[in-house]
Amino acid sequence: MDATVFRAWIIQAAQQVIDNADHLTHLDAAIGDADHGINLSRGFQAAVKLLDETNPATPAAVLATVGRALISKTGGASGPLYGSGFRQAAKTLGEDTDISPVQLGAALSAALASIQQLGAATPGDKTMVDALAPAITAYHTTIDTGGNLPDATRAAAHAAARGLHDTVNMQARKGRASYLGPRTIGHQDPGAASTVLILQALATATAEAS
Amino acid sequence: MKKLINAADEVLVDALAGVAAAHPSLSVNVEERYITRAGGPTPGKVSLVSGGGSGHEPLHGGYVGYGMLDAACPGEVFTSPVPDQIVAATKAVDGGAGVLHIVKNYTGDVLNFQMAAELADDEGVRVEAVVVNDDVAVENSTWTAGRRGTGATVFVEKIVGAAAERGADLATAAALAREVNDRSRSFGVALSACTVPAAGKPGFELAEDEIELGVGIHGEPGRARGRLVPAKEIAAVALDAIHTDAPISGEVLVMVNGLGGTPLIELYVVFAAVADWLGARGVTITRSLVGNYITSLEMAGASITVCRLTPELADLWDAPVQTPALRWGR
Repeated sequence: MDATVFRAWIIQAAQQVIDNADHLTHLDAAIGDADHGINLSRGFQAAVKLLDETNPATPAAVLATVGRALISKTGGASGPLYGSGFRQAAKTLGEDTDISPVQLGAALSAALASIQQLGAATPGDKTMVDALAPAITAYHTTIDTGGNLPDATRAAAHAAARGLHDTVNMQARKGRASYLGPRTIGHQDPGAASTVLILQALATATAEAS
Repeated sequence: MKKLINAADEVLVDALAGVAAAHPSLSVNVEERYITRAGGPTPGKVSLVSGGGSGHEPLHGGYVGYGMLDAACPGEVFTSPVPDQIVAATKAVDGGAGVLHIVKNYTGDVLNFQMAAELADDEGVRVEAVVVNDDVAVENSTWTAGRRGTGATVFVEKIVGAAAERGADLATAAALAREVNDRSRSFGVALSACTVPAAGKPGFELAEDEIELGVGIHGEPGRARGRLVPAKEIAAVALDAIHTDAPISGEVLVMVNGLGGTPLIELYVVFAAVADWLGARGVTITRSLVGNYITSLEMAGASITVCRLTPELADLWDAPVQTPALRWGR
């Protein structure tokens, strides 16, 4: 998986977020302040623009650039959380121009670790972690049992979608939704929803590349 | 929903241009998104920097000036500012005595200010941060993101701003901010939702006879829905919540704050109810603020903030201030 595929992932992710911005906003209006779709669209658009302007040569450079743009342009909690995730993922990839499935797995795990460290969310808090954690577990399981890259990213996307579905019955314990307490039950978490979009984009980009 | 704007995605930029044109005492950096005093930092004085989502005006930009903030960082509507603008503002107002970040307790604000403080520190600026978390509607527990920073933010900015003008050092200013925060509690009630320009529709729907109890300032639903009852009873609900959490006694500063869509005449009706409630319990209101001080776009409703004063805090509250939103003594 080279820099081109990583860029394709981000361009696809940006498109998914923009296309679904209204939906994300709608989810965020129910249990938050209705700005997740707008913020993340702005952040990802800035990421794509910065990639075009700087033309990073390695996968690590691509992810670091995305992280920087998300931190600088998104705002809210999702900017620092997603931004740190991408930046920490980048740090695991070094100077390599071609990333193996195992290396991608380590990068994704690093992303999750940084998001949990910064945001202090654990599974069950009704956050992006509830989509991301099962996704990464599914990714690793697929690779460990002999699956290839497209198999693993597809499994990750599916697990994220199941995780998103599971957030419906959770009571929010983190973020703005946590102020609403039990009223958040019955609603999908917007952060988990955007995580699903980003991982679906990864699955698409890696399937197309193979 | 009708709004007096040009385009939803231009609201912040247009508003900042308006602030710049209306207030020559301010210096507005539209591109880098921060507002400072036109005269620049005061050498040797601790500088106060705050910020948060837009949509709460006059908070924070309207509080930049003598006796209060040195810089304000406006994010997009209801969205935390980003580290870049906070770092730029921090460096711009550093007078050599350190910078105090006044941060409202929301995950986004806390994370972005945290990142900014680390970056500023890398560049040699001494930063200390205080977090305001006065809202009693949310339980401060491991099961939530913690209490929201609401009305007490205005009190912290004014009182600590005065202390800074008088030469308080960074540690003293931070301790004072925490003291004001600890002595203040707030509770908000909404009669209508608000509409974020880019979202295009209200955050929630209320029937003609419904209110939201325990609302914050970002348009999200409150802790519970209730029935519309007379202002006296609404004030009692708010004050009961505050008093249960931290018993009110002695001399107090009371703010009845409009959330944006409620007329001043109604805020005074609420204040009368607050005064009666406190008077019946032997509490004396010695300072007050009635009006729109920390809003939530056009949300109809009000928040009540009570601060148990000490002679020192009262004296600092009385100290001269000259900002677009608060001005007395000069």
